[in-house]
Amino acid sequence: MALLGLYHYWVFAVLLMIGFYAVIAKLNLIKKLIGLSLFQSAVFLLYITMGKVDGGTAPIFQAGLENQTFSNPLPQVLILTAIVVGISTTALGLGIVVRIKEEYGSIEEHEIQEIDRR
Amino acid sequence: MIALFGVFLLTLLVITALAIVRSENLFVAVMLAGIFSLLMAAMFFILDAPDVALTEAAVGAGISTVLFLAALALTAERERAGSANRLLALGVVAVTALIVIFATFDKPRFGDPAAPVHQHIAPWYVERTPEAIDIPNVVTAVLGSFRGYDTLGEVFVVFTAGIGVLFLLGTRPRRNSRPVSVALDESDTGLRHYLIPRVVGRLLVPFIVLFGLYVQFHGEYGPGGGFQAGAIIAAGMILYALLEGEEQALRVLPRWALTGLVAGGALLYGVVGVAGMLLGGSFLDYSVLATDPIKGQQIGILLIEAGVGITVTGVLLSVFHAFAARERF
Amino acid sequence: MAVLLDVVSWLLLSLGGAFVFIGGVGALRMPDLYTRMHAASLTDTMGAGLIIAGIMLQAGASLASIKLAMILLFLLLTSPTATNALASAALLAGMRPGEAIPWRQESRE
Repeated sequence: MALLGLYHYWVFAVLLMIGFYAVIAKLNLIKKLIGLSLFQSAVFLLYITMGKVDGGTAPIFQAGLENQTFSNPLPQVLILTAIVVGISTTALGLGIVVRIKEEYGSIEEHEIQEIDRR
Repeated sequence: MIALFGVFLLTLLVITALAIVRSENLFVAVMLAGIFSLLMAAMFFILDAPDVALTEAAVGAGISTVLFLAALALTAERERAGSANRLLALGVVAVTALIVIFATFDKPRFGDPAAPVHQHIAPWYVERTPEAIDIPNVVTAVLGSFRGYDTLGEVFVVFTAGIGVLFLLGTRPRRNSRPVSVALDESDTGLRHYLIPRVVGRLLVPFIVLFGLYVQFHGEYGPGGGFQAGAIIAAGMILYALLEGEEQALRVLPRWALTGLVAGGALLYGVVGVAGMLLGGSFLDYSVLATDPIKGQQIGILLIEAGVGITVTGVLLSVFHAFAARERF
Repeated sequence: MAVLLDVVSWLLLSLGGAFVFIGGVGALRMPDLYTRMHAASLTDTMGAGLIIAGIMLQAGASLASIKLAMILLFLLLTSPTATNALASAALLAGMRPGEAIPWRQESRE
């Protein structure tokens, strides 16, 4: 059982690092943005995993049932906000990428730096 | 049994993430990112978070894919090969992964009810909700009332992103080179010549919007709320824009209406907060909005969720139209 | 009666799962884009239909069953349309039916 919980956290670490690798090692700007959203999703997984309670259910009161065990609602609230903020920053980032393409003619990082150096 | 399913989903998540990073074709990467979001939504549902699952599915698998595809249509489809100092990046990533994995050994056991995160304020929220607010969905109660200030900040983040994209992409591009608009004349009218998607799409759009409204107003009784509803309604309108063409969609919901939606939702949220002050309470205190404090709380949550839904719809649609109206270089 | 309901819903769920699996295998092994789409459409119709029918038997006669029936109706309406749109897009892009491209090679184009 302990191994199952640890598996959740290890998958979080792996996903975090896959997203991070895409941000630092890939040269295409859109690939970097996709990697950033992978990174964010891994953090969401961590928080929601921490919120789970054994034998609990979704934190919604059912009519007529007494003494229900709920999973923690607080991480869910935080992650709801985080998902929407994530999509907002992704949209803004994509707008910047489109403008970069129009100004520089390319969205590869090394080509952009080459043009800047000239 | 559920544990096995969870393990299976987690493994699929890792495989999909690896495929996203390794694929050269950006179109494939975006599609796989949509699949990743859906798998993540299923994972959230297994971990007892239906609100978050609904939001992740609507926003991550729906809107995010559309925005990425719109940006891809304006930029490039393929990634050029080669990467910056791959070995160094792999080294850094491996070391950081080992450090994070080492840190996870100190975490409390998965699902332990005595873990620190389940003490102090979370049980207080669960206890207080039936007494002070009396709505079944605790997540909406915390989001709308106990942590209403955070949600105000979030609405303004969405608003800022919307006007940011409008600043970046709302102006005409400089005419350095001739835009590739020769063949765009007939495809500008959307999928008019494709009968089946048009018929089925026009049948479905009113039901999608209706479902969005259902999710909006049932946020207090089940999973749902402003963000999910805003994403669903925006997705329905984007479907209409894809089928009927950009101009027709802008005739139905013109730009001034979209700007009104973007500003109006945030304004509604602020007005509810100030109304609390004017009626004798503090900012965003809903108990003074009606004679019965519990009814006041429910009215307050209803109004601010409506504000959130309106702003999210307006921003997502504005961003989509900003991308779609941009001419390709 | 409850045991019979359980057994029948088990059967429907397993059959649905089997159809999803067959659809997945077909999507990998078929030679061409159009045949692959045809194999994958098995998942959305037979697979989804049987699985939802199995869950509806478990939910009994309640609001949840009606919601599940609406979900099935929505799926049956949208997934053939999506397949049609995908096939039209492929034809528009110039892929002729019958040009067998193994899936490993497609990523290299």
